[in-house]
Amino acid sequence: MRALTWHGKHDVRVDTVDDPEIVNPRDAIIKVTSTAICGSDLHLYDGYIPTMKAGDILGHEFMGEVVEVGPKSTLKKGQRVVVPFTISCGQCYHCGKKQFSACPNGLPADNQDIAMEAYGHEMAGLFGYSHMTGGYAGGQAEYVRVPFSDFGPLVIPDGVEDEKVLFLTDILPTGWMAAENAEIEPGDTVAVWGCGPVGLFAVQSAFLLGAARIIAIDHFPHRLELAKKFGAETINFEESATYDALMEMTGGIGPDAVIDCVGLEAHGAFADNIIDQIKASTFLGTDRIHAIRQAIIACRKGGRVSMPAVYGGFVDKFPLGAVMQKGLTLKTGQTHVQRYLPALLAAIMEGKIDTTFMISHRMALEDAPKGYKLFHDEQDTTTKIVLKPDMALAA
Amino acid sequence: MSQTLAHDDAPVTASKTADSKRELVAQAVTINRPAQELYDFWREFPNLALVMENIVSIEALDRNRSHWVVRAPGGRTVEWDSLVTKDVPGREITWQSEGDADVANSGRIVFEEVPGRGTVVTATIAYEPPAGAIGKIVAKVLQREPNVQARRDLRRFKQLMETGEIATNARTLRMLAEENT
Repeated sequence: MRALTWHGKHDVRVDTVDDPEIVNPRDAIIKVTSTAICGSDLHLYDGYIPTMKAGDILGHEFMGEVVEVGPKSTLKKGQRVVVPFTISCGQCYHCGKKQFSACPNGLPADNQDIAMEAYGHEMAGLFGYSHMTGGYAGGQAEYVRVPFSDFGPLVIPDGVEDEKVLFLTDILPTGWMAAENAEIEPGDTVAVWGCGPVGLFAVQSAFLLGAARIIAIDHFPHRLELAKKFGAETINFEESATYDALMEMTGGIGPDAVIDCVGLEAHGAFADNIIDQIKASTFLGTDRIHAIRQAIIACRKGGRVSMPAVYGGFVDKFPLGAVMQKGLTLKTGQTHVQRYLPALLAAIMEGKIDTTFMISHRMALEDAPKGYKLFHDEQDTTTKIVLKPDMALAA
Repeated sequence: MSQTLAHDDAPVTASKTADSKRELVAQAVTINRPAQELYDFWREFPNLALVMENIVSIEALDRNRSHWVVRAPGGRTVEWDSLVTKDVPGREITWQSEGDADVANSGRIVFEEVPGRGTVVTATIAYEPPAGAIGKIVAKVLQREPNVQARRDLRRFKQLMETGEIATNARTLRMLAEENT
Protein backbone atom coordinates (compact mmCIF):
# COMPACT_ATOMS: atom_id res chain seq x y z
CA MET A 1 0.00 0.00 0.00
CA ARG A 2 0.96 3.67 -0.19
CA ALA A 3 1.58 5.56 3.04
CA LEU A 4 2.96 8.89 4.21
CA THR A 5 6.20 8.19 6.09
CA TRP A 6 8.44 10.36 8.26
CA HIS A 7 12.14 10.50 7.48
CA GLY A 8 13.35 13.47 9.48
CA LYS A 9 12.77 17.16 10.08
CA HIS A 10 10.70 18.57 7.17
CA ASP A 11 11.16 15.29 5.28
CA VAL A 12 8.00 13.23 4.74
CA ARG A 13 7.44 10.99 1.71
CA VAL A 14 4.78 8.73 0.27
CA ASP A 15 6.30 5.24 0.16
CA THR A 16 5.11 1.77 -0.75
CA VAL A 17 5.00 -0.42 2.36
CA ASP A 18 3.52 -3.79 3.37
CA ASP A 19 -0.26 -3.86 3.81
CA PRO A 20 -1.39 -4.27 7.42
CA GLU A 21 -2.82 -7.58 8.65
CA ILE A 22 -4.96 -8.80 11.53
CA VAL A 23 -2.37 -9.39 14.27
CA ASN A 24 -4.44 -9.53 17.48
CA PRO A 25 -7.95 -10.98 17.90
CA ARG A 26 -9.69 -7.65 18.49
CA ASP A 27 -8.09 -5.96 15.42
CA ALA A 28 -9.83 -4.67 12.33
CA ILE A 29 -8.31 -3.42 9.09
CA ILE A 30 -9.75 -0.14 7.84
CA LYS A 31 -9.53 1.05 4.22
CA VAL A 32 -9.01 4.78 4.69
CA THR A 33 -11.43 7.03 2.81
CA SER A 34 -10.48 10.37 4.45
CA THR A 35 -7.59 11.38 6.69
CA ALA A 36 -6.46 14.78 7.88
CA ILE A 37 -3.18 16.44 8.74
CA CYS A 38 -3.35 17.64 12.36
CA GLY A 39 -1.61 20.67 13.79
CA SER A 40 0.13 18.26 16.14
CA ASP A 41 1.54 16.44 13.07
CA LEU A 42 3.48 19.65 12.46
CA HIS A 43 5.28 19.09 15.79
CA LEU A 44 6.53 15.80 14.29
CA TYR A 45 7.30 17.54 10.99
CA ASP A 46 9.35 20.16 12.85
CA GLY A 47 11.23 17.48 14.77
CA TYR A 48 9.95 18.53 18.19
CA ILE A 49 8.71 15.11 19.27
CA PRO A 50 11.39 12.58 20.29
CA THR A 51 11.38 8.82 19.57
CA MET A 52 10.46 9.06 15.88
CA LYS A 53 12.07 6.54 13.53
CA ALA A 54 12.65 6.86 9.78
CA GLY A 55 9.82 5.14 7.93
CA ASP A 56 7.16 5.71 10.61
CA ILE A 57 3.69 6.11 9.07
CA LEU A 58 2.01 9.30 10.31
CA GLY A 59 -1.62 10.26 10.78
CA HIS A 60 -4.05 9.99 13.69
CA GLU A 61 -7.18 11.55 12.17
CA PHE A 62 -8.73 9.01 9.84
CA MET A 63 -11.89 7.18 8.94
CA GLY A 64 -12.81 4.53 6.44
CA GLU A 65 -14.43 1.27 5.63
CA VAL A 66 -13.97 -1.98 7.55
CA VAL A 67 -12.39 -4.50 5.16
CA GLU A 68 -11.17 -7.20 7.55
CA VAL A 69 -11.96 -8.18 11.15
CA GLY A 70 -10.26 -10.32 13.78
CA PRO A 71 -12.21 -13.08 15.57
CA LYS A 72 -13.02 -10.82 18.54
CA SER A 73 -13.85 -7.64 16.64
CA THR A 74 -17.52 -6.63 16.76
CA LEU A 75 -17.30 -4.61 13.55
CA LYS A 76 -18.62 -5.92 10.25
CA LYS A 77 -17.04 -5.70 6.84
CA GLY A 78 -18.42 -2.77 4.88
CA GLN A 79 -19.22 -0.63 7.93
CA ARG A 80 -17.94 2.94 7.86
CA VAL A 81 -16.15 3.98 11.01
CA VAL A 82 -14.43 6.97 12.55
CA VAL A 83 -11.37 5.92 14.58
CA PRO A 84 -10.39 7.77 17.78
CA PHE A 85 -6.71 8.76 17.82
CA THR A 86 -6.27 7.19 21.27
CA ILE A 87 -6.04 3.39 21.47
CA SER A 88 -8.07 2.41 24.54
CA CYS A 89 -9.10 -1.06 25.73
CA GLY A 90 -12.39 -0.30 27.48
CA GLN A 91 -11.64 -2.75 30.31
CA CYS A 92 -9.01 -1.27 32.61
CA TYR A 93 -9.43 0.96 35.67
CA HIS A 94 -8.89 4.15 33.67
CA CYS A 95 -11.33 3.19 30.91
CA GLY A 96 -13.84 2.39 33.68
CA LYS A 97 -13.46 6.00 34.82
CA LYS A 98 -13.84 7.19 31.20
CA GLN A 99 -10.24 8.44 31.29
CA PHE A 100 -9.61 6.74 27.99
CA SER A 101 -6.41 8.57 27.10
CA ALA A 102 -4.88 7.16 30.30
CA CYS A 103 -5.46 3.54 29.23
CA PRO A 104 -2.17 1.64 29.50
CA ASN A 105 -3.27 -1.47 27.63
CA GLY A 106 -2.82 -0.23 24.07
CA LEU A 107 0.79 0.73 24.66
CA PRO A 108 3.23 -2.14 24.04
CA ALA A 109 5.18 -2.88 27.25
CA ASP A 110 8.51 -2.21 25.53
CA ASN A 111 7.30 1.25 24.52
CA GLN A 112 6.33 2.20 28.08
CA ASP A 113 9.86 2.79 29.39
CA ILE A 114 10.29 6.26 27.88
CA ALA A 115 7.10 7.71 29.33
CA MET A 116 7.82 5.98 32.66
CA GLU A 117 11.10 7.92 32.79
CA ALA A 118 9.76 11.20 31.40
CA TYR A 119 6.31 11.36 33.01
CA GLY A 120 6.38 8.75 35.79
CA HIS A 121 3.60 6.76 34.11
CA GLU A 122 2.95 5.18 30.74
CA MET A 123 0.44 6.88 28.42
CA ALA A 124 -2.19 5.57 26.03
CA GLY A 125 -1.11 4.26 22.66
CA LEU A 126 -1.75 6.70 19.80
CA PHE A 127 -1.79 6.19 16.07
CA GLY A 128 1.15 7.58 14.11
CA TYR A 129 2.71 9.64 16.86
CA SER A 130 6.21 8.46 17.80
CA HIS A 131 7.40 5.36 19.62
CA MET A 132 6.85 6.85 23.06
CA THR A 133 3.11 6.51 22.33
CA GLY A 134 3.42 3.01 20.91
CA GLY A 135 5.01 3.24 17.49
CA TYR A 136 1.70 2.39 15.82
CA ALA A 137 1.40 2.97 12.07
CA GLY A 138 -0.93 5.89 11.41
CA GLY A 139 -3.84 6.66 9.11
CA GLN A 140 -2.26 8.75 6.36
CA ALA A 141 -2.19 5.54 4.38
CA GLU A 142 -4.45 3.36 2.28
CA TYR A 143 -5.03 0.86 5.10
CA VAL A 144 -4.63 0.84 8.88
CA ARG A 145 -4.58 -1.88 11.51
CA VAL A 146 -6.92 -0.75 14.32
CA PRO A 147 -6.49 -2.52 17.70
CA PHE A 148 -9.43 -2.83 20.14
CA SER A 149 -11.77 -2.35 17.18
CA ASP A 150 -14.66 -3.68 19.28
CA PHE A 151 -14.36 -0.68 21.59
CA GLY A 152 -12.90 2.45 19.96
CA PRO A 153 -14.30 3.04 16.49
CA LEU A 154 -17.66 4.76 16.02
CA VAL A 155 -19.91 3.37 13.28
CA ILE A 156 -21.21 6.15 11.03
CA PRO A 157 -24.76 5.95 9.69
CA ASP A 158 -25.14 5.55 5.92
CA GLY A 159 -25.55 8.74 3.93
CA VAL A 160 -23.46 10.94 6.21
CA GLU A 161 -20.53 12.29 4.24
CA ASP A 162 -16.97 11.77 5.51
CA GLU A 163 -16.17 15.42 5.94
CA LYS A 164 -19.01 15.99 8.41
CA VAL A 165 -17.72 13.36 10.84
CA LEU A 166 -13.97 13.02 10.16
CA PHE A 167 -13.03 15.46 12.90
CA LEU A 168 -14.66 13.27 15.56
CA THR A 169 -11.33 11.39 15.54
CA ASP A 170 -9.50 14.13 17.40
CA ILE A 171 -9.94 17.86 16.98
CA LEU A 172 -13.69 18.16 17.63
CA PRO A 173 -13.67 16.17 20.90
CA THR A 174 -10.42 17.95 21.79
CA GLY A 175 -12.07 21.35 21.34
CA TRP A 176 -15.11 20.13 23.26
CA MET A 177 -13.08 18.75 26.18
CA ALA A 178 -11.13 22.02 26.24
CA ALA A 179 -14.39 23.92 26.74
CA GLU A 180 -15.64 21.37 29.29
CA ASN A 181 -12.36 21.71 31.23
CA ALA A 182 -12.92 25.48 31.32
CA GLU A 183 -15.89 24.74 33.64
CA ILE A 184 -17.93 27.53 32.08
CA GLU A 185 -20.61 29.22 34.18
CA PRO A 186 -23.46 31.29 32.74
CA GLY A 187 -22.29 34.82 31.95
CA ASP A 188 -18.62 33.83 31.69
CA THR A 189 -16.11 35.39 29.37
CA VAL A 190 -13.74 32.83 27.90
CA ALA A 191 -10.47 33.70 26.14
CA VAL A 192 -9.09 31.25 23.59
CA TRP A 193 -5.46 31.39 22.48
CA GLY A 194 -4.98 29.99 18.99
CA CYS A 195 -7.64 29.85 16.26
CA GLY A 196 -6.46 26.68 14.58
CA PRO A 197 -8.90 23.78 14.24
CA VAL A 198 -8.95 22.95 17.97
CA GLY A 199 -9.32 26.61 18.91
CA LEU A 200 -12.20 27.09 16.48
CA PHE A 201 -13.97 23.99 17.83
CA ALA A 202 -13.30 25.22 21.37
CA VAL A 203 -15.03 28.50 20.45
CA GLN A 204 -18.13 26.69 19.15
CA SER A 205 -18.14 24.32 22.14
CA ALA A 206 -17.72 27.08 24.72
CA PHE A 207 -20.76 28.91 23.36
CA LEU A 208 -22.77 25.65 23.46
CA LEU A 209 -21.66 25.18 27.07
CA GLY A 210 -23.00 28.60 28.04
CA ALA A 211 -20.23 31.17 27.61
CA ALA A 212 -21.62 34.70 27.26
CA ARG A 213 -18.54 36.08 25.50
CA ILE A 214 -15.55 34.53 23.81
CA ILE A 215 -12.40 36.42 22.94
CA ALA A 216 -10.21 34.68 20.38
CA ILE A 217 -6.51 35.48 20.08
CA ASP A 218 -4.27 34.76 17.07
CA HIS A 219 -2.15 36.61 14.52
CA PHE A 220 -3.56 35.04 11.35
CA PRO A 221 -6.34 37.32 9.99
CA HIS A 222 -8.17 34.52 8.17
CA ARG A 223 -8.31 32.36 11.26
CA LEU A 224 -9.55 35.28 13.36
CA GLU A 225 -12.21 35.88 10.71
CA LEU A 226 -13.44 32.28 11.16
CA ALA A 227 -13.61 32.75 14.94
CA LYS A 228 -15.60 35.95 14.41
CA LYS A 229 -18.08 34.03 12.23
CA PHE A 230 -18.92 31.89 15.24
CA GLY A 231 -19.53 34.95 17.37
CA ALA A 232 -16.16 35.46 19.03
CA GLU A 233 -14.54 38.85 19.55
CA THR A 234 -10.96 38.89 18.34
CA ILE A 235 -7.51 40.12 19.33
CA ASN A 236 -4.68 40.07 16.79
CA PHE A 237 -1.60 39.96 18.99
CA GLU A 238 0.50 41.57 16.30
CA GLU A 239 -1.80 44.60 16.24
CA SER A 240 -2.78 44.84 19.90
CA ALA A 241 -1.27 44.17 23.31
CA THR A 242 -3.17 41.07 24.38
CA TYR A 243 -3.10 41.56 28.17
CA ASP A 244 -4.07 45.21 27.98
CA ALA A 245 -6.88 44.46 25.53
CA LEU A 246 -8.24 41.59 27.66
CA MET A 247 -8.22 43.67 30.83
CA GLU A 248 -10.09 46.51 29.22
CA MET A 249 -12.58 44.16 27.50
CA THR A 250 -13.36 42.44 30.82
CA GLY A 251 -13.55 45.51 33.05
CA GLY A 252 -10.19 44.72 34.67
CA ILE A 253 -11.36 41.37 36.01
CA GLY A 254 -9.79 39.22 33.30
CA PRO A 255 -11.37 36.28 31.47
CA ASP A 256 -13.15 33.81 33.79
CA ALA A 257 -11.58 30.94 31.90
CA VAL A 258 -8.68 30.79 29.48
CA ILE A 259 -8.02 28.05 26.93
CA ASP A 260 -4.59 27.45 25.41
CA CYS A 261 -4.98 25.91 21.96
CA VAL A 262 -1.46 26.76 20.88
CA GLY A 263 1.02 24.51 22.63
CA LEU A 264 4.70 23.90 22.40
CA GLU A 265 5.48 25.87 19.25
CA ALA A 266 4.03 29.28 20.09
CA HIS A 267 4.61 31.97 17.47
CA GLY A 268 5.43 35.61 17.93
CA ALA A 269 8.44 37.81 18.51
CA PHE A 270 8.08 38.09 22.28
CA ALA A 271 11.22 38.21 24.41
CA ASP A 272 10.31 35.04 26.35
CA ASN A 273 9.47 33.22 23.12
CA ILE A 274 12.81 34.07 21.54
CA ILE A 275 14.65 32.75 24.60
CA ASP A 276 12.48 29.58 24.49
CA GLN A 277 13.37 29.09 20.83
CA ILE A 278 17.08 29.38 21.54
CA LYS A 279 16.78 26.91 24.40
CA ALA A 280 14.72 24.50 22.31
CA SER A 281 17.22 24.60 19.48
CA THR A 282 20.07 23.88 21.88
CA PHE A 283 18.05 21.28 23.85
CA LEU A 284 18.22 23.27 27.08
CA GLY A 285 14.43 23.22 27.16
CA THR A 286 11.97 21.57 24.83
CA ASP A 287 8.82 23.64 24.65
CA ARG A 288 8.01 27.21 23.62
CA ILE A 289 5.28 28.21 26.00
CA HIS A 290 4.48 31.84 25.39
CA ALA A 291 0.72 31.27 24.98
CA ILE A 292 0.16 29.45 28.27
CA ARG A 293 2.27 32.03 30.15
CA GLN A 294 0.14 34.82 28.77
CA ALA A 295 -3.11 32.95 29.44
CA ILE A 296 -2.19 32.40 33.09
CA ILE A 297 -1.22 36.03 33.60
CA ALA A 298 -4.49 37.24 32.01
CA CYS A 299 -6.85 34.79 33.76
CA ARG A 300 -9.00 36.29 36.50
CA LYS A 301 -8.37 35.42 40.13
CA GLY A 302 -10.01 32.10 40.97
CA GLY A 303 -10.44 31.37 37.26
CA ARG A 304 -9.86 28.23 35.24
CA VAL A 305 -7.03 27.42 32.86
CA SER A 306 -7.82 24.76 30.26
CA MET A 307 -4.88 23.43 28.29
CA PRO A 308 -5.74 21.11 25.41
CA ALA A 309 -2.55 22.18 23.64
CA VAL A 310 0.26 19.65 23.33
CA TYR A 311 3.37 19.94 25.47
CA GLY A 312 6.05 17.29 25.45
CA GLY A 313 8.78 17.98 27.92
CA PHE A 314 10.21 20.61 30.21
CA VAL A 315 9.46 24.28 30.30
CA ASP A 316 11.19 27.33 31.64
CA LYS A 317 9.79 30.43 33.34
CA PHE A 318 6.42 28.82 34.00
CA PRO A 319 4.42 31.33 36.09
CA LEU A 320 3.63 28.90 38.90
CA GLY A 321 3.46 31.78 41.36
CA ALA A 322 0.55 33.31 39.43
CA VAL A 323 -1.27 29.96 39.44
CA MET A 324 -0.94 29.72 43.22
CA GLN A 325 -1.41 33.35 44.19
CA LYS A 326 -4.48 33.82 41.99
CA GLY A 327 -5.91 30.43 42.95
CA LEU A 328 -6.24 29.15 39.41
CA THR A 329 -7.40 25.67 38.44
CA LEU A 330 -5.44 24.01 35.63
CA LYS A 331 -7.08 21.19 33.67
CA THR A 332 -5.46 19.44 30.76
CA GLY A 333 -4.75 16.08 29.15
CA GLN A 334 -4.89 14.14 25.94
CA THR A 335 -8.50 13.91 24.84
CA HIS A 336 -10.73 11.11 26.17
CA VAL A 337 -12.16 10.83 22.65
CA GLN A 338 -14.49 7.87 23.17
CA ARG A 339 -16.24 9.70 26.05
CA TYR A 340 -17.64 12.37 23.71
CA LEU A 341 -18.37 10.56 20.45
CA PRO A 342 -22.10 9.74 20.69
CA ALA A 343 -23.08 13.22 21.90
CA LEU A 344 -20.89 14.99 19.36
CA LEU A 345 -22.16 12.84 16.49
CA ALA A 346 -25.67 13.80 17.53
CA ALA A 347 -24.69 17.49 17.68
CA ILE A 348 -23.31 17.27 14.13
CA MET A 349 -26.43 15.51 12.86
CA GLU A 350 -28.64 18.16 14.48
CA GLY A 351 -26.57 20.94 12.90
CA LYS A 352 -25.47 22.36 16.27
CA ILE A 353 -21.79 22.07 15.37
CA ASP A 354 -20.37 22.97 11.97
CA THR A 355 -17.34 20.92 10.99
CA THR A 356 -16.84 21.27 7.26
CA PHE A 357 -16.21 25.04 7.23
CA MET A 358 -12.70 24.35 8.41
CA ILE A 359 -11.50 22.33 5.43
CA SER A 360 -9.41 24.58 3.21
CA HIS A 361 -7.74 21.93 1.04
CA ARG A 362 -8.54 18.47 -0.28
CA MET A 363 -5.63 16.52 -1.72
CA ALA A 364 -4.65 13.08 -2.91
CA LEU A 365 -2.63 11.01 -0.43
CA GLU A 366 0.17 11.11 -3.00
CA ASP A 367 0.33 14.89 -2.49
CA ALA A 368 0.63 14.64 1.31
CA PRO A 369 4.24 15.97 1.40
CA LYS A 370 3.03 19.10 -0.42
CA GLY A 371 0.21 19.31 2.09
CA TYR A 372 2.61 19.24 5.05
CA LYS A 373 4.71 22.01 3.53
CA LEU A 374 1.63 24.11 2.80
CA PHE A 375 0.14 23.61 6.28
CA HIS A 376 3.52 24.51 7.78
CA ASP A 377 4.29 27.55 5.62
CA GLU A 378 0.84 29.08 5.00
CA GLN A 379 -0.99 28.79 8.29
CA ASP A 380 -3.24 31.76 7.72
CA THR A 381 -5.16 30.28 4.80
CA THR A 382 -4.43 26.59 5.33
CA THR A 383 -6.83 25.77 8.15
CA LYS A 384 -7.24 22.06 7.48
CA ILE A 385 -6.06 19.62 4.83
CA VAL A 386 -8.02 16.43 4.15
CA LEU A 387 -6.22 13.66 2.24
CA LYS A 388 -8.14 11.20 0.09
CA PRO A 389 -6.30 7.98 -0.78
CA ASP A 390 -8.71 7.42 -3.69
CA MET A 391 -8.32 10.86 -5.18
CA ALA A 392 -5.23 10.16 -7.31
CA LEU A 393 -7.07 7.30 -8.98
CA ALA A 394 -10.08 9.49 -9.65
CA ALA A 395 -8.10 12.39 -11.11
CA MET B 1 7.96 11.48 74.46
CA SER B 2 8.45 11.10 70.77
CA GLN B 3 10.59 8.31 69.43
CA THR B 4 12.75 8.25 66.35
CA LEU B 5 11.25 6.12 63.63
CA ALA B 6 13.55 3.17 62.95
CA HIS B 7 12.12 2.60 59.50
CA ASP B 8 9.48 4.20 57.34
CA ASP B 9 6.57 2.24 55.88
CA ALA B 10 7.99 2.04 52.34
CA PRO B 11 8.81 -1.42 50.93
CA VAL B 12 12.38 -2.58 51.62
CA THR B 13 12.92 -2.82 47.86
CA ALA B 14 12.63 0.96 47.65
CA SER B 15 15.29 1.39 50.34
CA LYS B 16 18.21 3.67 49.56
CA THR B 17 20.36 2.15 52.32
CA ALA B 18 19.63 -1.61 52.42
CA ASP B 19 22.80 -3.54 51.67
CA SER B 20 22.45 -6.99 50.23
CA LYS B 21 24.62 -9.43 48.33
CA ARG B 22 21.50 -10.41 46.43
CA GLU B 23 19.85 -8.32 43.77
CA LEU B 24 16.29 -7.52 44.75
CA VAL B 25 13.61 -6.55 42.27
CA ALA B 26 10.03 -5.61 43.06
CA GLN B 27 7.18 -4.36 40.95
CA ALA B 28 3.48 -3.87 41.60
CA VAL B 29 0.68 -3.61 39.07
CA THR B 30 -3.09 -3.31 39.50
CA ILE B 31 -5.14 -5.62 37.29
CA ASN B 32 -8.89 -5.24 36.90
CA ARG B 33 -9.64 -8.98 37.34
CA PRO B 34 -10.36 -11.25 40.34
CA ALA B 35 -7.34 -12.52 42.31
CA GLN B 36 -8.29 -16.16 41.77
CA GLU B 37 -8.19 -15.79 37.98
CA LEU B 38 -4.78 -14.14 38.07
CA TYR B 39 -3.43 -16.73 40.49
CA ASP B 40 -4.75 -19.56 38.29
CA PHE B 41 -2.92 -18.20 35.26
CA TRP B 42 0.34 -17.73 37.16
CA ARG B 43 0.18 -21.09 38.91
CA GLU B 44 0.39 -22.83 35.51
CA PHE B 45 4.00 -21.77 35.02
CA PRO B 46 4.21 -22.62 31.30
CA ASN B 47 1.64 -19.79 30.78
CA LEU B 48 4.29 -17.29 31.83
CA ALA B 49 6.13 -17.76 28.53
CA LEU B 50 3.25 -15.74 27.02
CA VAL B 51 4.07 -12.63 29.03
CA MET B 52 7.77 -12.90 29.91
CA GLU B 53 10.55 -11.88 27.58
CA ASN B 54 13.51 -14.11 26.70
CA ILE B 55 11.86 -17.36 27.73
CA VAL B 56 12.96 -20.32 25.59
CA SER B 57 10.74 -22.76 27.49
CA ILE B 58 9.04 -23.36 30.81
CA GLU B 59 8.23 -27.00 31.42
CA ALA B 60 6.10 -28.28 34.31
CA LEU B 61 7.95 -31.28 35.84
CA ASP B 62 5.22 -31.89 38.40
CA ARG B 63 2.69 -29.76 40.28
CA ASN B 64 5.40 -27.92 42.24
CA ARG B 65 8.50 -28.13 40.07
CA SER B 66 9.21 -26.51 36.72
CA HIS B 67 12.24 -26.32 34.45
CA TRP B 68 13.16 -22.92 33.03
CA VAL B 69 15.32 -22.21 29.97
CA VAL B 70 16.02 -18.53 29.40
CA ARG B 71 17.89 -16.75 26.61
CA ALA B 72 21.20 -15.17 27.62
CA PRO B 73 23.50 -12.94 25.59
CA GLY B 74 25.74 -14.36 22.87
CA GLY B 75 23.20 -16.94 21.75
CA ARG B 76 23.53 -18.85 25.04
CA THR B 77 20.85 -20.02 27.43
CA VAL B 78 20.71 -20.38 31.19
CA GLU B 79 18.61 -23.04 32.94
CA TRP B 80 17.30 -23.91 36.35
CA ASP B 81 14.66 -25.94 38.14
CA SER B 82 12.21 -24.00 40.25
CA LEU B 83 10.34 -25.36 43.28
CA VAL B 84 7.17 -23.90 44.77
CA THR B 85 7.90 -23.39 48.47
CA LYS B 86 4.64 -21.76 49.50
CA ASP B 87 1.29 -21.90 47.77
CA VAL B 88 -1.81 -20.10 49.04
CA PRO B 89 -4.48 -20.60 46.38
CA GLY B 90 -5.89 -17.32 45.06
CA ARG B 91 -3.44 -15.35 47.14
CA GLU B 92 0.29 -16.10 47.01
CA ILE B 93 3.01 -18.22 45.38
CA THR B 94 6.61 -18.40 46.57
CA TRP B 95 9.36 -20.24 44.71
CA GLN B 96 13.05 -21.03 44.95
CA SER B 97 15.53 -22.36 42.38
CA GLU B 98 16.97 -25.80 43.17
CA GLY B 99 20.50 -27.21 43.23
CA ASP B 100 23.08 -25.92 40.77
CA ALA B 101 20.98 -23.32 39.00
CA ASP B 102 22.84 -21.14 36.48
CA VAL B 103 21.19 -18.17 38.17
CA ALA B 104 20.11 -18.92 41.74
CA ASN B 105 16.83 -17.12 42.29
CA SER B 106 13.77 -16.96 44.45
CA GLY B 107 10.57 -15.01 44.33
CA ARG B 108 7.15 -14.31 45.64
CA ILE B 109 4.01 -13.08 43.96
CA VAL B 110 1.05 -11.85 45.98
CA PHE B 111 -2.47 -11.22 44.67
CA GLU B 112 -4.54 -8.87 46.81
CA GLU B 113 -8.02 -7.73 45.81
CA VAL B 114 -8.78 -4.04 46.25
CA PRO B 115 -12.42 -2.93 46.12
CA GLY B 116 -13.25 -1.15 42.88
CA ARG B 117 -9.82 -1.59 41.34
CA GLY B 118 -9.36 -5.31 40.85
CA THR B 119 -6.25 -6.99 42.22
CA VAL B 120 -2.90 -5.55 43.24
CA VAL B 121 -0.21 -7.94 42.04
CA THR B 122 3.17 -7.55 43.72
CA ALA B 123 6.14 -9.53 42.49
CA THR B 124 9.42 -9.67 44.41
CA ILE B 125 12.38 -11.49 42.90
CA ALA B 126 15.83 -12.02 44.43
CA TYR B 127 18.72 -13.53 42.51
CA GLU B 128 22.45 -14.08 42.79
CA PRO B 129 24.48 -13.33 39.71
CA PRO B 130 26.50 -16.50 39.05
CA ALA B 131 30.27 -16.82 39.04
CA GLY B 132 32.45 -17.53 36.00
CA ALA B 133 32.56 -16.17 32.46
CA ILE B 134 28.93 -16.79 31.59
CA GLY B 135 27.98 -15.39 34.97
CA LYS B 136 29.66 -12.12 34.13
CA ILE B 137 27.62 -11.78 30.95
CA VAL B 138 24.40 -12.80 32.66
CA ALA B 139 25.03 -10.50 35.57
CA LYS B 140 25.70 -7.61 33.23
CA VAL B 141 22.41 -8.15 31.44
CA LEU B 142 20.38 -8.80 34.57
CA GLN B 143 21.85 -5.83 36.38
CA ARG B 144 21.30 -3.53 33.48
CA GLU B 145 17.60 -3.02 33.97
CA PRO B 146 16.10 -5.83 36.06
CA ASN B 147 13.32 -3.58 37.32
CA VAL B 148 12.44 -2.52 33.80
CA GLN B 149 12.32 -6.16 32.71
CA ALA B 150 10.03 -7.11 35.59
CA ARG B 151 7.83 -4.12 34.91
CA ARG B 152 7.43 -5.01 31.25
CA ASP B 153 6.58 -8.60 32.14
CA LEU B 154 3.90 -7.54 34.62
CA ARG B 155 2.45 -5.01 32.15
CA ARG B 156 2.10 -7.73 29.53
CA PHE B 157 0.43 -9.90 32.19
CA LYS B 158 -2.00 -7.06 32.91
CA GLN B 159 -2.76 -6.54 29.20
CA LEU B 160 -3.41 -10.22 28.59
CA MET B 161 -5.64 -10.60 31.65
CA GLU B 162 -7.65 -7.40 31.11
CA THR B 163 -7.97 -7.30 27.32
CA GLY B 164 -7.33 -10.87 26.18
CA GLU B 165 -4.33 -9.83 24.11
CA ILE B 166 -0.87 -8.32 24.38
CA ALA B 167 -0.43 -4.93 22.75
CA THR B 168 1.87 -4.81 19.75
CA ASN B 169 2.57 -2.18 17.13
CA ALA B 170 3.42 -4.88 14.56
CA ARG B 171 1.56 -4.11 11.34
CA THR B 172 1.93 -7.61 9.92
CA LEU B 173 2.33 -11.14 11.27
CA ARG B 174 5.89 -11.19 9.92
CA MET B 175 6.71 -8.06 11.96
CA LEU B 176 5.17 -9.70 15.02
CA ALA B 177 7.32 -12.82 14.52
CA GLU B 178 10.44 -10.67 14.20
CA GLU B 179 9.54 -8.85 17.41
CA ASN B 180 9.25 -12.09 19.32
CA THR B 181 12.64 -13.50 18.35
